[in-house]
Amino acid sequence: MPATLSSRDTATEEQHCARGVSVGIKDVSITLGGRTVLENFNVEISAGEFVAIVGRSGCGKSTLLRSVVGLETPQAGTITLGEVAASNSNSNDKPDVRVMFQDSRLLPWRRILPNVMLGLEPALAPQARKVLAQVGLAERADDWPATLSGGQRQRVALARALVHDPNLLLLDEPLGSLDALTRIEMQQLIEDIWRSRGFTAMLVTHDVAEAISLADRVILIEGGRVALDEVVNIPRPRTRGSARFAALEERILGRVLQRRPVVEE
Amino acid sequence: MSQRQESSAMQTQLRASILAKQALPWVVPISLLIVWQWASSAGILPSRFLPSPHSVVRSFIELSASGELWMHVRVSTLRALSGFVVGGGVGLLLGLLTASLRWAEILLDTTIQMVRNIPPLALIPLVILWFGIDESAKLFLVSLGVFFPVYINTFHGIRSVDRGLLEMGRTYGLSGWPLYREIILPGALPSILVGVRFSLGLMWVILIVAETISARSGIGYMTMNAREFMQTDVMVVGILLYAILGKLADLLAKGLERYWLRWNPAYQTAR
Repeated sequence: MPATLSSRDTATEEQHCARGVSVGIKDVSITLGGRTVLENFNVEISAGEFVAIVGRSGCGKSTLLRSVVGLETPQAGTITLGEVAASNSNSNDKPDVRVMFQDSRLLPWRRILPNVMLGLEPALAPQARKVLAQVGLAERADDWPATLSGGQRQRVALARALVHDPNLLLLDEPLGSLDALTRIEMQQLIEDIWRSRGFTAMLVTHDVAEAISLADRVILIEGGRVALDEVVNIPRPRTRGSARFAALEERILGRVLQRRPVVEE
Repeated sequence: MSQRQESSAMQTQLRASILAKQALPWVVPISLLIVWQWASSAGILPSRFLPSPHSVVRSFIELSASGELWMHVRVSTLRALSGFVVGGGVGLLLGLLTASLRWAEILLDTTIQMVRNIPPLALIPLVILWFGIDESAKLFLVSLGVFFPVYINTFHGIRSVDRGLLEMGRTYGLSGWPLYREIILPGALPSILVGVRFSLGLMWVILIVAETISARSGIGYMTMNAREFMQTDVMVVGILLYAILGKLADLLAKGLERYWLRWNPAYQTAR
């Protein structure tokens, strides 16, 4: 199975397994407004793995993420999260799952630091400041979200997710509305933080190059099923110019545009 | 002309234009006052029709020196505010209830919308029958009038809270009171404050009518009483007092907006 192989490939495997949880999506079917979005969908993601999910608009990739965090309820099938490793379980064994949405969804009526601390006890303020510094926005702690740029707001949203030290981070096209330079910057930031913390990450994107530069594994969804499940065997840090990168991007893009109805096993 | 002279001339010009801009809104009211005073002094405007500004000021000073004026102002303000607190409070609570709970909306909203279309002042005959011309009559009328703007805007505000933020809040484990405190109430606040401003205006309108028809004290009573004795100057003082109190209430509401909505670029004070 590519799922288990891929995480073996990464150099920082020990760290990954320390924090991340596995995700098992089994025979999941979701119907939204009379339309079948996902049908008998199966994916196994191992602990600490970075999986990118690509596909055309409306293929159900966002719905998949939303169902993992419980914002959609599948009509059939099960979604199970693995156990948190014993060394990491603080008080509760329930894995911590956080989402980063396409829009930052900051509370406009709270300043930056209180936004990061949403749902946290006030005593954890120093920790929130530390994470804010990690995303490079320490000095904006007392500003209103309205005064930040789109990229900065997404970094605050990332800090808000990270301060909970998640076991699973869901990224729902979080960079979709950013300009090209900010995107690359944010991709590096997300990759660095993922590598140092070792949570499991699921990234939904329509940008194949973004998927390849970040993920251990790229999954293409088509017609509510897995159409392609490709391990990215390129050592990190990855450079977009490399031949292997380009070849893989070409192959996945070709597959997206071709729209063959046959499901590859 | 040297450059420095030119720039200082430009500054003077700029200062003059700022001054003109600040003075401009007052040109019409001040001219009107001058014409009014002149017409009264010249005998064109008889004082039993409209008193001169001078005599209005004089009677204002007399009334406030005797303490009579402040007694009436206190009584009226107390009535207005207690009616506002009762009506606005009930409106806020019911708005929260019907906007949050589906069954409460089904149960109550139709009734509230029907009652809303009755002008509160149309109830005056019934209210006098029920409460006499007691304090409770005025409290009831003001509360009723204030209730609807607050209710409707609270309902609307809560219903139009950003779904995305609610969803985000839920993924951060917020529910119940924390969800209200962090997301629902602040999200509805701009709309609720629109209701508050609207009802503050309505509060005075209803109180004036109620006091004019049936009262033994208050600004409305003072004005009506003055009519009996053809004291036109006292009548004008009463009318102007309503204008001032209404403006003060609006300033207060604006201040609240500025403070509570300071996160919103639309309400930030220009520097």
